Amino acid sequence: MHQALFFVFAAAALGFAINLLIQRQPAYGALSLMGVTASLAPLYLMLGAEFIAAAQVLFCAGAALVLLVFAILLVNARVEAPSEPGSFVRHLGAPVIVLLAGLVVAVIYRQFPAESVARFGDFPGQTASIGRRLFLQYLLPFEALSILILVAIVGAVTLAQRRTDRNP
Amino acid sequence: MVPLSYYLILSAILFGLGAAGFLFRRNLITLLLCVELMLNAVSLTFVALSYAFRQLDGQVVVLFVMAVAAAEAAVGLAIVVAVFRDRASLSVDEMNRMKW
Repeated sequence: MHQALFFVFAAAALGFAINLLIQRQPAYGALSLMGVTASLAPLYLMLGAEFIAAAQVLFCAGAALVLLVFAILLVNARVEAPSEPGSFVRHLGAPVIVLLAGLVVAVIYRQFPAESVARFGDFPGQTASIGRRLFLQYLLPFEALSILILVAIVGAVTLAQRRTDRNP
Repeated sequence: MVPLSYYLILSAILFGLGAAGFLFRRNLITLLLCVELMLNAVSLTFVALSYAFRQLDGQVVVLFVMAVAAAEAAVGLAIVVAVFRDRASLSVDEMNRMKW
């Protein structure tokens, strides 16, 4: 059961990711990314990270994607024109990425033999402990993050503002 | 019972797809989407390793990654809107001037 669920959601995530890659319409790309994030949430749940799974659905598949779709509506994005990538990307791009992914997979196979399996319910979520850790051990990064988000909000408003006083 | 390595391999493949999209696509918004895809792949690695070592730090880091992704999306999309207002195009091929 666990295995079947894993393969269903992993296949969904991969399919949506490939669709994001080949999709020429940015709006459909955003929807594919929403599919990827939504199908990763059950995988988090199976790994015992229930709080992260909920945050993923609420935030990544919800709020961030709404922001993206609004931006796509604002800029009136058309179908992407096909264009020739630079010579480095054309000749070395695909081999470098395949090599990178292959290396990572090889290291994973060496480090994590097949005996180490993930069982559902083996490592219950412990949302309360995450909160305690967040506010005790990681308090400084947490506060720094709040400043970062404040700066990002102000920066986004300033950047996207329509400038009326610009002289040509 | 799914071997833990499957989760890690899935995240490696997702990261590779995101990197490939970043290299081969030309639309500014699609590039941002590919960055988000790579961030999600890394989050999956963090959660899987948090399970493997029975440590909650990985999940805390994933929360931080989500917040940074939010900040990145907000600023990135503001830049996209500003650039589109100026150039009426989203192709990265045409963004070859620092000044306008």
